[in-house]
Amino acid sequence: MTTVSLDAARTALSSACSDVAEGTPADAVAGVPVALVARPASTAETGELLRAAAGHGLTVVARGRGTKSGWGRPPERADLVVDLSRMSAVLDHAAGDLIVDTQAGALLADVQRTVGTAGQRLALDEPVPGSSIGGVLATNTSGPGRFGVGTARDLLIGCTVVRADGVVAKAGGRVVKNVAGYDLGKLVIGSFGTLAVVTEAVFRLHPVPPARRFVTAPFGTAEDAGRLVQAVVHSQVVPSAVEVEWRPDGAGTIGVGLGGTAAGVESRTASTLQLLGAGAEAAEEPPPGWGVLPWHDTAAGGTGLKLTCAISGLTAVLDVAQRAATDAGVPLTLRGSGGAGVLYGALPADAPVDAVATVVSRTRAVCGEHGGALVVVEAPAPVQAAVDVWGPVPAIDLMRRVKDQFDPERRLAPGRFVGGI
Amino acid sequence: MSGTHGTETTAGPVLGDTPPEATSATGEAGGNSAGIAAVGRVARELMPDTGVIQDPTQLRTYECDGLAHYRVTPALVVLPETTEQLAGVVRACAEHGVPFVARGSGTGLSGGALPRADGVLVVTSRMRTIREVRRADQRAVVEPGVINLDVTRAATPEGYYYAPDPSSQQICSIGGNLAENSGGAHCLKYGFTSNHVLGAELVTPQGDVVELGGLAPDAPGYDLLGTVVGSEGTLGIATTATVRLVRLPEEVRTLLAGFRTTDDAGAATSAIIGSGVLPAAIEMMDALAIEAAEAAVHCNYPDGAGAVLVIELDGPAAEVEHEYAEVERLCQEHGAFELRLAIDATERALIWRGRKSAFAAVGRISPDYIVQDGVIPRTALPEVLRAIAELSSSSGVRVANVFHAGDGNLHPLVLFDDAKPGAGEAAEKVSGAILDLCISHGGAITGEHGVGVDKAAYMPKMFTGDDLDTMQLVRCAFDPGNISNPGKIFPTPRLCGEVPGKRKHAHPLVEAGLADAF
Repeated sequence: MTTVSLDAARTALSSACSDVAEGTPADAVAGVPVALVARPASTAETGELLRAAAGHGLTVVARGRGTKSGWGRPPERADLVVDLSRMSAVLDHAAGDLIVDTQAGALLADVQRTVGTAGQRLALDEPVPGSSIGGVLATNTSGPGRFGVGTARDLLIGCTVVRADGVVAKAGGRVVKNVAGYDLGKLVIGSFGTLAVVTEAVFRLHPVPPARRFVTAPFGTAEDAGRLVQAVVHSQVVPSAVEVEWRPDGAGTIGVGLGGTAAGVESRTASTLQLLGAGAEAAEEPPPGWGVLPWHDTAAGGTGLKLTCAISGLTAVLDVAQRAATDAGVPLTLRGSGGAGVLYGALPADAPVDAVATVVSRTRAVCGEHGGALVVVEAPAPVQAAVDVWGPVPAIDLMRRVKDQFDPERRLAPGRFVGGI
Repeated sequence: MSGTHGTETTAGPVLGDTPPEATSATGEAGGNSAGIAAVGRVARELMPDTGVIQDPTQLRTYECDGLAHYRVTPALVVLPETTEQLAGVVRACAEHGVPFVARGSGTGLSGGALPRADGVLVVTSRMRTIREVRRADQRAVVEPGVINLDVTRAATPEGYYYAPDPSSQQICSIGGNLAENSGGAHCLKYGFTSNHVLGAELVTPQGDVVELGGLAPDAPGYDLLGTVVGSEGTLGIATTATVRLVRLPEEVRTLLAGFRTTDDAGAATSAIIGSGVLPAAIEMMDALAIEAAEAAVHCNYPDGAGAVLVIELDGPAAEVEHEYAEVERLCQEHGAFELRLAIDATERALIWRGRKSAFAAVGRISPDYIVQDGVIPRTALPEVLRAIAELSSSSGVRVANVFHAGDGNLHPLVLFDDAKPGAGEAAEKVSGAILDLCISHGGAITGEHGVGVDKAAYMPKMFTGDDLDTMQLVRCAFDPGNISNPGKIFPTPRLCGEVPGKRKHAHPLVEAGLADAF
C-alpha cells in the first residue's frame, strides 16, 4: 500500500479509535511487518475501527497478547493490527449460574483468578502462558484437561464478534442450554481470526474439585503406551486427563489426572496405580512438563506439530512418528492428551528442513490412516516455506464459501488459515 | 407459538388451520410442479418404488411432526436407503430449485420438519444401520435414521452408552437429534448433542457429499460440524454421524425429594450446584405436574408435595457415595420433608417414570396443552416460577411445571380446553408471556426443542437484525439457493447476495395478527 493511502487510512482509523500508532518491528506477525496498531476500548469502537479499515481496504490481524502470532501461515499482508489488550475486563462472573462473561482481551489467567474466588474455574488449560481469551479462542488451544471436559467448543456459550465490515453481531447467550439460532461461536473457535474479531465471550464454568492427584507410570514401547491408555480410558477411574509423553531417548511416561472428593480421589488413585502396574507412582502435583507444549521446553523453540488420531491409533502414530524421526536423524519429543487422540511434537530449531519435511509427511500419513491429521503449528521460516503447514482439509470448498460470505474482500488475516484462506 | 400436545384424539389446532405465514415458511401447493415432477423422476430412477411417495393420501401421513397443529402436505416424499440416493435427490432439488425438508422420526416439537407444500420431504427412517461400535475409540458410526436409544442398546454390551437422552429417546432419530442439537435430562452433566457428535457425512444443499470432523478431534479448518449441529436442517442433511460413547457409570443413585414449595426445591437446586456437586440430572415437577403423573402412571410421589426433585448422581462409587451424603444434607436443609433413594433398578425406573411421562400425563388433567421450552439462568428460578404462578392466576390459565432445574430449562405446560371459545388464544398468550419472562431474565427462547417454524417470530426478541443477518451468512455459504428447509429459524430470510437493509413490508405473522411487531 502506498504512503498516501496509509495516511488517509490513519486519519480515518484515528477518528474511530483514540489509540492508533505506527507498527514497530515487535508488532510483526510471523515476520510480516505491520503498518499500524490500534487498541480499541470497546466492541463499538472495534466496529468503527473495522468499518474504517474496510473503507480503506486495509488487511487486519486481530491480536490478544500476541503470544501465538507465529502460529499458522504468515498473513499475506498485515496493514493493521487490532490489539484487544485494552479490552481486558472480566465483565460478569455469575457464580450461582456458573458462567463468566469476559472481554476477549482479558488474560485467561485473570479470568481464572476471578472465578477462582468462588471455587470455580474455566476448564481451559493454558498451554501458552500469557494467553488472552481471544487468542485461546482463535487458535483453539487446549491442554490435559480436555480429556475430562473437552475444549473451547464445549465451554463457550455466547460470543460477540465484529465482522470485517464493522458490523457487530452476537450469537448464543448467557445460559448453558440454548438452541436458538446458529452457533457462530463454534465457527470462530480455531478460525485464526479469519472470519471476525471476537470481542466478548461467555463461558460455562466448572467447580474446582476439592482434591486432585496425578498418577504416572513409565513405558518403553508404543505398544505399551497404547495398551496403558486403553486400560485407563475403559476403566471406572474417570480420569480428568490421560497424558502421554515419549522422549527421543525412548523413555515414555503415561500420566493420569484425577479430580474429585478427597475420599473418592484416594480410592481412584489406588485403582489407577493398579491399572498402570509396575513403576506407577502417585503425586499431589503434576509431573514436570504437564500441559507444556514440547517445543516450549527450551527457549530455543523449534518446529511444533499437532498430531491427532482415533484413540486406537495412538500406538501406530507414536511408533511411526518416532521411527520417522530416527530415520531422519532428528530428535522428536511427543507429548499430549493420548487418551483424547491428541499429541504435540517438537523438533529442534536447528533440524534440517528436509528432515523436518520427512517427519511431517510420514507422520501425517499415519495420522490420516487413523482418522486424524497433522498440522505444523509453529516453525522457523525455512520450514514454514518448505512444508504444507495445514495439510489436506476435507470440505475446504465449503470453508472457502464461509470465508467468502464473512470476509468477501479477504482482509482478515489473509493467507493465514487452511487452504490459503 | 408452541407445541399443542395431547392425546392423538384431542390434540387440536390452536390457531385454526395452518397459519397464513405458511406460504413463506412452507410454500404453496402446485408451485414449481414441473420441478417436483423432475425430482420425482430422478428419485424413481435412484430408488425402489416404495421409496417414492406421490399418492395424496399417503403424502398426508407426513403432514406434521411432533408439533401437530402445523400441517402441510408435502408435494413429494422420498425414503432413501443410501447416501447416494439421498444426495441424488438433493442434487435434483438443487438443479430444479425445489425446496426440501429432512425428517427423521418426526418427533420434533418446533415444526422443524414441517414439510413444504412445494417441496420434497426427505425421510431418513430407512437409513437405520449402526455401522460400527468402536469400543477402542469410544465412538459409534451410525446412520441418521437410527433411533437414539438403539445406539445405547448397541453400546451397552461393550460397557458404553450414548449420553444425550431426550425424553423421546425410544423413537427419535440421531439425524433429528443432530439437526436440533437435542438435550435431555442428563445434559446437565454430559452436555448436548453438539458435545457428542464428533463427525458427520453431510449432503450439502447442492447435493455434494462432504466429511466434517471424524474419529479424531480438532480437524483442521473451520468447525463446520459445530455449526451444522443444531442448524435445524437448514445447512444440509447428515447421512452418517460419528458419536461419542460414554462409559457406563460404576454407580448410579436416584433420589426423589419432596418439598412443600417450588421455592424450597429451587433453593435446594441452587445449593447443590453451588456446593460443587455436579449431578447427572436435577429435574423438578410442581404440584400440578405431580397430580398429572400420579393420575397417569401412579408413580407414588410423596403426599402433599408442592414440588419434587428427581436427582441422579453417577460416577465412581466412592465419589457418588460422598456426593449423595452432601445432596441429602442440602435437601433436608432446604425443607425436603421426604427423601426416597431408589434401591434398585425397578425403583429407579418408577421415579423416572413419573418424570418422563409428565408431558403425556398432562393429557389426563387437560384436554389440550402447550409445551413451552424456555431457558433462564438457574438463579432466577424462584423468581420466574413465582411470576409464572402470577400469570397463571391472573389469567385463569393453569400451568404445570416440569423441567430441567439443574440447567434452568423450563418446560411449562400450559393447559386449556380447545372446546371452550377463546381458551386456545388465552393459553397462547400465557405461553408467549412465559417466553418474554425468559428473555427478560437473560435467558433463551428455546433450550432443546428448537426454533423451527414455531418460534421464528421470537428470534428478533433475542437477536438483533445484525445478529440474524450474520447467521444468514452461514446459510448463504451452505445454501445459496435457500432450498434446505427454508422458512425455519429465521423470521425474515433474505436472499443470499442481497444487501441487508430494512424490511419494507410487515412480517406475514404480524400482518396476520399472529404476532407483535418487535
